[in-house]
Amino acid sequence: MAEDAQVVITTEGLTRSFGDNVAVDRLTISIRAGEVFGFLGHNGAGKTTTVRMLNGVIAPTGGGARIFGLDPQTDGARIRARTGVLTETPALDNRLTARATLEYFSDVYGVPRSLRRQRVAELLERFELTKRADDKVGGFSKGMRQRLAIARTLVNDPDIIFLDEPTSGLDPVATREVHRLIERLSHRGRTVFLCTHNLAEAERLCDRVAVLARGRVLATGTTRELAAELNRGHRISVEVDTDATERALALFTALPQVSSAAVVGDRAAARNGGTLLLLNGVARPDVPPVIAAAAAAGLNVYRVEPVDSSLEDVYFALQGQ
Amino acid sequence: MNWRAIWAIASKDVSVALRTRAVMLPLLIVPLVLMVGIPSVVGLISGMANQMAAAESQMADLTRAMPPEFASRYAGLNDVQAGLVYFLVYLFAPMYLVLPLMASAVVAADSFAGEKERKTLEALVYTPTTDRELLLAKVLGALIPGAMVGLGGFVVYTIVANLVALNVVGMLILPNTLWLLLAFFVGPAAAAFGLGVTVIASSRVNSFQEAYQIGSLVVLPIVLLVVGQAMGAFLLSNWLVLLLGIVLWAADAVVFFIASASFRRTALMARI
Ligand SMILES: Nc1ncnc2c1ncn2[C@@H]1O[C@H](COP(=O)(O)OP(=O)(O)O)[C@@H](O)[C@H]1O
Ligand SMILES: [Mg+2]
Repeated sequence: MAEDAQVVITTEGLTRSFGDNVAVDRLTISIRAGEVFGFLGHNGAGKTTTVRMLNGVIAPTGGGARIFGLDPQTDGARIRARTGVLTETPALDNRLTARATLEYFSDVYGVPRSLRRQRVAELLERFELTKRADDKVGGFSKGMRQRLAIARTLVNDPDIIFLDEPTSGLDPVATREVHRLIERLSHRGRTVFLCTHNLAEAERLCDRVAVLARGRVLATGTTRELAAELNRGHRISVEVDTDATERALALFTALPQVSSAAVVGDRAAARNGGTLLLLNGVARPDVPPVIAAAAAAGLNVYRVEPVDSSLEDVYFALQGQ
Repeated sequence: MNWRAIWAIASKDVSVALRTRAVMLPLLIVPLVLMVGIPSVVGLISGMANQMAAAESQMADLTRAMPPEFASRYAGLNDVQAGLVYFLVYLFAPMYLVLPLMASAVVAADSFAGEKERKTLEALVYTPTTDRELLLAKVLGALIPGAMVGLGGFVVYTIVANLVALNVVGMLILPNTLWLLLAFFVGPAAAAFGLGVTVIASSRVNSFQEAYQIGSLVVLPIVLLVVGQAMGAFLLSNWLVLLLGIVLWAADAVVFFIASASFRRTALMARI
C-alpha cells in the first residue's frame, strides 16, 4: 500500500442519531484505495449505520463523508454505481433463481448487455453455484445464499466492496471461502470495508482496523500500532502451582517491573495442577529479575513465555476503557 | 433517467408477483366473480323472469327514471329486459372499477411492503438508482398489471354481458361510449389511485397484508357509487363518467405528490 495512494473514503465528524440514541458518533476516518479496512465492533456499535451513510441510503444527522470525492447525500447513485454492498442479511428474493437474481441486478446496475451473460456465468462458476443456477433461492442453504449474495455484490465489478459481517453464521468451510475471496479482492486492488465483530478475522485480513464501540471510534491503526498505543507490548505468562496463586499474584504485583498481574484460564496448566498468570509491563530485560524474585520467595515456576499482543487484547482493553 | 434499471425492476416485480399465490388469487378470483359470476347469475334470473313475464308492460310504463340515452336506444323492451340492460350497462358499471383498483393495489402491496417484509429492499436501495427512478420502476411494476387486469376484465365483461343480453334481450349491448370511457379513461386512473394509496400505506407498515388491506379500503367509494345509483341518487351518464375520470386523475396527482415525498430511501431505511 503506497503512502500516497488515493484516498477513496473520508469522513469528518460523521454522526447519526436515532432519537436520543447516537448510533454513529463523530466518526472521522480515511481509507485509501486498495486497503482492506476492518470496522470492528460489537452488535449495535454502529457499523451497519456507517455503511448506510457512506452509500447515501441513510442521511447523517451531523458531519459528512466523501466517497470517490463525492458526497453520498447528493451523489448517492453515482457512488453506488462503483460500490458493492453485502448487507447483513442476504436480502435475496426466494422466488427468483440464482441466475435470475444475478441477471436482474446486472440490469439494475447497468452492466453492459454484451457482458451480462458472461459476467453472470463467471460469478456463478466462481461461487460454485453453476449446478444450482436455475433453482429458486428459497431452497438454498445458508452458505449458498451467502455466496450468491456476495456474487450479487460483485456484479458491477465495484471499486469499493462493503462487507457487513460476511461470515457471521457461516460454518468454518464457508468462512474460509469468504476469507479467500477478500484476499483475492485485495490482490486485485479493490478496497474492502469489512464490518466484523470477529477479531481473528480482522487481524488476519485487514491492513488497518478501527475499533468502534457505542458509535465512537476508540482507536484506528494497524494491529501492531494499536497494541503499541496501548503500551501492552510486553507481557509474559508464568505458570505456578494453583494453591500458590494468591501468594504469587501478591508477590508479582508488588514488584516494580510488573504493572499488573491476572489469572488466565489454561487447560494445560490446570491438568498439571498449575495456574497461568499474565504479567503486564514486563520488558525482556525485566524477565530474569522477576523470575529470580519468584524463586527467592519459594514459588515454583514451571514455564515462562512472552505473549504477543493480539488485536483481541487491544479490543477488550479498549472496550473496557 | 436510467430506463434500463427502471424496466428491469418493473418487469421483475410483475413476473415475480404473478408467481405469488397471495397476489395471483385476488387477481383471478375478483375478476371472475365480478365480471363473470354476477352478470351470469343476473342473466339467468332475468332469463327465467322474462319467460314467465307477460312481456307486455312496455318501457314507457317504467316508473323508475332511466338514463337519457337509455329510452331511445332500448325502446320496445319489456320490464325484465330493460331491468337487465340497465343493470348490466349502468348499475354495474362502477363495480368494474374495483378491478384495476384492486389489482394495482395488490401488486403494489407485494412490491413495496412485501419487499420490506422479505427484507429484499435493502439490496435494492444500494443499487445506483435514484429515489425517483426507484419509485417510477415500482409504480410501473404495479400499474401495468393493474391496467392489464382492468382491460382484460373489460373484454371478458363485454363478452359475458353480450351473451347474457343476446339470450334475454336478443341484442348486443356493449361496448358503448360509457364503458369505453370507463375502461380506457377512468380504469387506468383507478389503477393509479389504488397504487398510490398503497405506496403511501407501504411506507408506514411492514407487511404485505397490512398494506394490501389499507390499499383495498379505496374500494369503499366505489361501493358508495353503486349503492347511490341503485337508490336513485344519481344516474351514470357519459358526462358523469367523464367527470369521475377527471376527478380520479386529479386525485392521482395529489396522491402521487404525497407518495413521491414519502418515498425516499433515506426515510425508508431510517424506519427499518
Ligand atoms: N433504523 C433505525 N432506527 C432506530 N435505531 C436504529 C436504526 N438503525 C440502527 N439503530 C440503532 O443504532 C445503533 C447502531 O446500530 P447498527 O449500525 O445496526 O450497529 P451494528 O451494525 O454495529 O450492529 C443501535 O443502537 C441500533 O439500535
Ligand atoms: Mg450491523
